[in-house]
Amino acid sequence: MIRRRLRPLRPDPRPGGLLTLVLLGAWMVLLVAAPGALADVFTPESDSGSPNAEGIDTLYKIVFALGIVVFLGVEIALAYTLIKYRMKRRSPAPAQIRGNTPLEIGWTAAAAGLLVIIATVMFVMLGDIKNPVSSAPGGLPLGSAVTQFASTDQPAPPSGKSLEIEVNGQQYLWRYDYPGEERLFSYHDLVVPFDTTVTLKITSQDVVHSWWIPDLGGKMDAMPGHENETWFRIPSPADGKERSFLGECAELCGEGHADHYTRVRALPPAQYEAWAARQAEAIREAQEQLAESRRAREAAEPTSTEIGGGEGS
Amino acid sequence: MHGSERRPTGWLSWLGTTDHKKIGIMYLVSTFVFFLIGGVQALVMRLQLAQADNTLVDPQTYNGLVSMHGTTMIFLFVVPVFAGFANYLVPLMLGARDMAFPRLNALSFWLLLFGGIAFYVSVFFQPPTAGWTSYTPLSDDAYLPEGGIDAWIILIHLTGLSSIVGAVNFIATIHNMRAPGMGWGRMPLFVWTILGYSYLIVLALPAIAAAVTMLLTDRHFGTAFFDPTAGGDPMLWQHLFWFFGHPEVYIMILPAFGIISEIFPVFARKPIFGYKAIAASTVAIAFYGMLVWAHHMFTTPQPTVVLAIFAISSFVVAVPTGVKIFNWLATLWRGTIVFKTPLYFAAGLISMFVIGGISGVILAVFPVDWQLHDTYFVVAHIHYVLFGGSVFGIFAGIYYWFPKITGRMLSEGLGKLSFWTMLVGFNLTFLIQHSMGLSGMPRRIYRYPETGGWEGWNLISTIGSFLLGIGVMITVYNIVVSLRKGQRAGNDPWKANTLEWFTQSPPPVNNFDVVPRVRSVEPMRDIRNEVQKTGKPAGSVAQPVA
Repeated sequence: MIRRRLRPLRPDPRPGGLLTLVLLGAWMVLLVAAPGALADVFTPESDSGSPNAEGIDTLYKIVFALGIVVFLGVEIALAYTLIKYRMKRRSPAPAQIRGNTPLEIGWTAAAAGLLVIIATVMFVMLGDIKNPVSSAPGGLPLGSAVTQFASTDQPAPPSGKSLEIEVNGQQYLWRYDYPGEERLFSYHDLVVPFDTTVTLKITSQDVVHSWWIPDLGGKMDAMPGHENETWFRIPSPADGKERSFLGECAELCGEGHADHYTRVRALPPAQYEAWAARQAEAIREAQEQLAESRRAREAAEPTSTEIGGGEGS
Repeated sequence: MHGSERRPTGWLSWLGTTDHKKIGIMYLVSTFVFFLIGGVQALVMRLQLAQADNTLVDPQTYNGLVSMHGTTMIFLFVVPVFAGFANYLVPLMLGARDMAFPRLNALSFWLLLFGGIAFYVSVFFQPPTAGWTSYTPLSDDAYLPEGGIDAWIILIHLTGLSSIVGAVNFIATIHNMRAPGMGWGRMPLFVWTILGYSYLIVLALPAIAAAVTMLLTDRHFGTAFFDPTAGGDPMLWQHLFWFFGHPEVYIMILPAFGIISEIFPVFARKPIFGYKAIAASTVAIAFYGMLVWAHHMFTTPQPTVVLAIFAISSFVVAVPTGVKIFNWLATLWRGTIVFKTPLYFAAGLISMFVIGGISGVILAVFPVDWQLHDTYFVVAHIHYVLFGGSVFGIFAGIYYWFPKITGRMLSEGLGKLSFWTMLVGFNLTFLIQHSMGLSGMPRRIYRYPETGGWEGWNLISTIGSFLLGIGVMITVYNIVVSLRKGQRAGNDPWKANTLEWFTQSPPPVNNFDVVPRVRSVEPMRDIRNEVQKTGKPAGSVAQPVA
């Protein structure tokens, strides 16, 4: 009777359940075919050695490993079930099971337990990622203590000192303002000394951007009217030579979004100071030249002062 | 018996219809057309990204494609296609003769269609270019004065109204029009998910309706809700948008869960495992889904305690989702599994959605999100959820219910070919995108340099996307051919459990001449067993004299 009822639904000669195999196969193909650094296939960037980037990398690996266990568990259980219990010629009528309360409570608790573990690991590691460390020995000697801001509650480093940079996102460039007596800023490139804790105060003057150098840890949105914060500290490499890290705006900001790049150049502290002096000098000279040319223009066309008055103010 | 009134024919009969089945078919067909349009947009983007520094499209065209693709797939395909399934099936599954408010039902379809048309008209002047999220201030008139954003606002209003009107209708129908004997504990699981879908729509969509109205007045009438130069705040937009936007994700996945919850017991020849747990987890997902919105904003300037709260609520919502997966596996376990195309797509949903679920938990760990937010890792994640989850569920539903809707079977051979092509194409396209994101490739960039090492991965992804497109077209071909040449289905080709299989295929205008009395979660199975036992016709055993 049962067999007759099921006749139109014949067992399939090519049973499914090869999903896992297909997936693993696809991975293998990708691994072989993928160019570039294979190390980055599975984990985020952290080549700089900045403690926050390394913290994120470690946290990711822990969560990813747990995720792989769940992934394999579900895929293998699914594939096994589909293959083992596919309809065969002599399949008996299946037992009509409607549930199993202890089992269901068990796997609900197991899922919850796993997430409690992930949450715990996250909170244990959060401090190392979120809170700036002090500069390492050999970093740039810093004079003034940093101020603390309320918006994202990023604390000051334990030493109370950091190189604090004001980051301003604009369509489509990044401006960096450095601390100190003299006026010092740069566009596109942020220049920093090795082994020195750099804290960033990030904002935008037009639309929302997102400041991100993948090798230096997480991104933070640059939002007009708000101040966002992050930090990094690039260790000095063995050869002591300049290192640079490229990044790209991560929030759609308009037509030039794909070309909204920025770069962090890290130098030995002495070279950083030399660069800072040169840059400040160049800025001063440029300002003087500007003033000079204005004076020259005003001298040549005295009436233009009146007309251009609104412009200049 | 239902011949007393002449059935209207011709295309005019579609314009004025209030029949839930005709409206359902119009929903399904028009949303599927939007799906194909959105798919073509995706393929153009993939072509552009196949090579480093490609010049196929210019940046604003690319941003337009990004915005049109996302908006189309979400507002004109995934959300309304489930309204289409629900329109066709909820009254049939409940044993009702139509929806509670048939004319309101027609209104919600036409609002949707004209919302879509109003949006697509913008292609002829300037499509929106601020993404489907239209973040302010970029979407303010100071930066994008063109009409595209306004077309997008009109689309949000019309499709939003369509969804809310439809949701109210579903809620009224489900609460009031169940067949005699169908208590809450005997309602089909698909109907449970449509109930969750409808309540989420009613709760979440007003937030975005308010937000886009404020954006409209910011753009044209001098207000400054989101303008930081005049005291407004772009954070307000993001909060309002995601207060809608995250429930929207569950609006788009719950009905797919419902579809496969109907399919597994039928093709495993075994009742659903843990009916109550699945129904309860639907309610739990809908509830907690309202409380996780700021996990889209982990990189905005907010205190850590806010991030922590939203990370925890995101973990919590993963639990009922996991429970569903375990219950589906247990339903298949020790069953007699019949390998028909609906089962392939339903099993495909589990195996793909679990990847999206896991990457979702990874992204909920907010320090990790600081790295991965707005990268291709997130693109991969949403596609494992919305394609691997929702679209595989939609295709499972198409193969499962096509015989009921048209009276003809789809080709099994083409169906399986379509499934395998889509599965392989899908994974080729999106699995590698996790790695692209991990190695630092942001979303929504129209080009990337040769030096990043992303070119090979992008090429693989592009090849995969075309394979995926071919897989979809095989199903389109299958549908077109089977409409005329498919094998006759009969009332109940799958030996299914729910009431839509009790009536003819396609069902008559009044759905049921006899409304069956429901005695379990599987009323149709009860009727089949009774017919076998007593030898009487189905109509007379369905409603025995009490």
